[in-house]
Amino acid sequence: MVTSSGTVKKRSPIAQTAGDRIFGFFNGVFIVLITVLTLYPLIYVLSASISSPSAVVSGRMWLWPVDLTWEGYDRIMQNQEIWLGYRNTILYVVIQIAVSLLTTLPAAYALTIKPLPGRKVLVFLFSVTMFFSGGMIPLYVINRNLGLVNTLWAVVLPSATSMWYIILTRTFYQSTIPLELEEASQIDGCSPFGTFLRVVMPLSGAIIAVMALYFGVGRWNSYFGEMIFFRDRNLYSLQLFLREILIIAQFSEENTSNADAITMAEQIRISSIIKYATMIVATIPLIAAYPFIQRYFVKGVLIGSIKG
Amino acid sequence: MTSLNTTVTRPGRKKSLFARFSHAVYKYWPYYMMLLPAIAYFVIFCYGPMYGVQIAFKDFKIKRGFGGSPWADPLFKYFYQFFESYYAWNIVRNTLVLSIYGLVAGFPVPAILALSMDEMRRQRTKKVVQTITYAPNFISTVVICGMILSFTNQTTGIINNMIVALGGEPVAFMYKEGLFPHIYVWTGIWQSMGWSSVIYFAALSGIDPQLLEASTLDGASRWQKILHVKIPAILPIIVIQLILSAGSLLNVGYEKVYLLQNSLNLNTSEVISTYVYKRGMVDAQYSFSTAVGLAQSLVSFVMVFLVNAIAGRLSETSLW
Repeated sequence: MVTSSGTVKKRSPIAQTAGDRIFGFFNGVFIVLITVLTLYPLIYVLSASISSPSAVVSGRMWLWPVDLTWEGYDRIMQNQEIWLGYRNTILYVVIQIAVSLLTTLPAAYALTIKPLPGRKVLVFLFSVTMFFSGGMIPLYVINRNLGLVNTLWAVVLPSATSMWYIILTRTFYQSTIPLELEEASQIDGCSPFGTFLRVVMPLSGAIIAVMALYFGVGRWNSYFGEMIFFRDRNLYSLQLFLREILIIAQFSEENTSNADAITMAEQIRISSIIKYATMIVATIPLIAAYPFIQRYFVKGVLIGSIKG
Repeated sequence: MTSLNTTVTRPGRKKSLFARFSHAVYKYWPYYMMLLPAIAYFVIFCYGPMYGVQIAFKDFKIKRGFGGSPWADPLFKYFYQFFESYYAWNIVRNTLVLSIYGLVAGFPVPAILALSMDEMRRQRTKKVVQTITYAPNFISTVVICGMILSFTNQTTGIINNMIVALGGEPVAFMYKEGLFPHIYVWTGIWQSMGWSSVIYFAALSGIDPQLLEASTLDGASRWQKILHVKIPAILPIIVIQLILSAGSLLNVGYEKVYLLQNSLNLNTSEVISTYVYKRGMVDAQYSFSTAVGLAQSLVSFVMVFLVNAIAGRLSETSLW
């Protein structure tokens, strides 16, 4: 591969024209612009979370931290609800991944079996759900009739799988696991379950990682279902507590004009420092794991694009 | 089970549907077991709600269930009720504005970004830039909205601090209804452009290098190679993405819209989905809000078909 523009000139038989160089220049400017635009808000939040609130609020802090303080993180440490939300969310994510993998992986494998009677009908019936849905209210009524409201199953089960992910997984099996291997294991006396568990699964590490990440990140970041179905505060996930701190508190803060000035200023100061620190605390697990999991996400997109 | 099986395997006899069915179950039951959780999921959580959609035409009583509730009189009562209301036009317009604006402004960005990054010569820098631009996609909607509210805060937000420092007047961004679509759309582009470009990267890396070399020898400039080799190569992907986004045109990201709403921007920020949620879940008007939601999904479905047909005519690329 080409490592620097210097070697390009030597290796390429045709020298770059002036036009190409101008193009390269503007392209570089564009990329730098996009990178800065993407990074700036992220760096700002990080800096604001460890800067003195008065510097943040007044605009003295605009890029790097000013008057370092850990007050925001200290306050979060003492906040029981954030940790409750954290614990709940981790629990929901783990259960969601388990349920989703159990639903998606075997089903996708069964749908690769060509002679399976009824396969085409099932694929058709499953695919219909990609384009039609009953909507929010009928789903609520069903959850309510099943007695799932105010339990974690009300959010976990309705997102157990989806035809998109089943198709993705099936495409992976079809494109990476040779049919001969499965046939050989069947001839050697392996049952379908045995073939699936001992031959297909050990070769499916990549797709298991991709699916676990898609379902896990989806659950981690979701708030709407949780907002609809959870009444009990003990069930609240991290995102629901975040919503109270980041959204509801902020709108109400801007609308209280009659509070006396000193407490008002103090309130703004505290809420400012807590806000930025919570954003960091809530996002850190994903951002920290992100460089490692990124390639699996990209892989998921690439498998998906094989079939268009 | 065994006796059934012997009748089925006897040659020369026409098999009844039942016999064929039981034979399939006998021979393939492990695979049906593997499908069972998925079938249960689709029946209960996809087809169940679809069956429940009938309450859009009924006076739904939660005690009497989907089937037992009486039909509405007239049948389309709740549809009339919505479309004759003075706010219906407003909500439909907001939904269309947010989604069409989002599509027109946001759709070309990932493709342009992919083409631009593909032109980068240094592989290391390219990897770093990719990693950076993907990152915002993994931040939750709640945190993104929290960032938007903090940054645009009239007295303490960084944007207004900058405006004041440059001698301007602070702007109450979230409380101006005219600004809502812009804030919604451009923050969405900020969050998703990197991640959405992955699929175009894949298509660009699939271009035959010989094609590019040949065009270089023919004297094509980098710009001409983009125009005549690279864009045609990613065109099918562009078309498919376009069809898919047309289908979800009415499904604006209501989770984000809901968080950014307040009483002063509601005029431009109330969309069909948030309205369905408020009338259905908060006010418990089940039939009415189901009717509104159903109208939305019907329009979406028709749009996928239309756009798919048009795309099939124009470019020979279509979903099915």
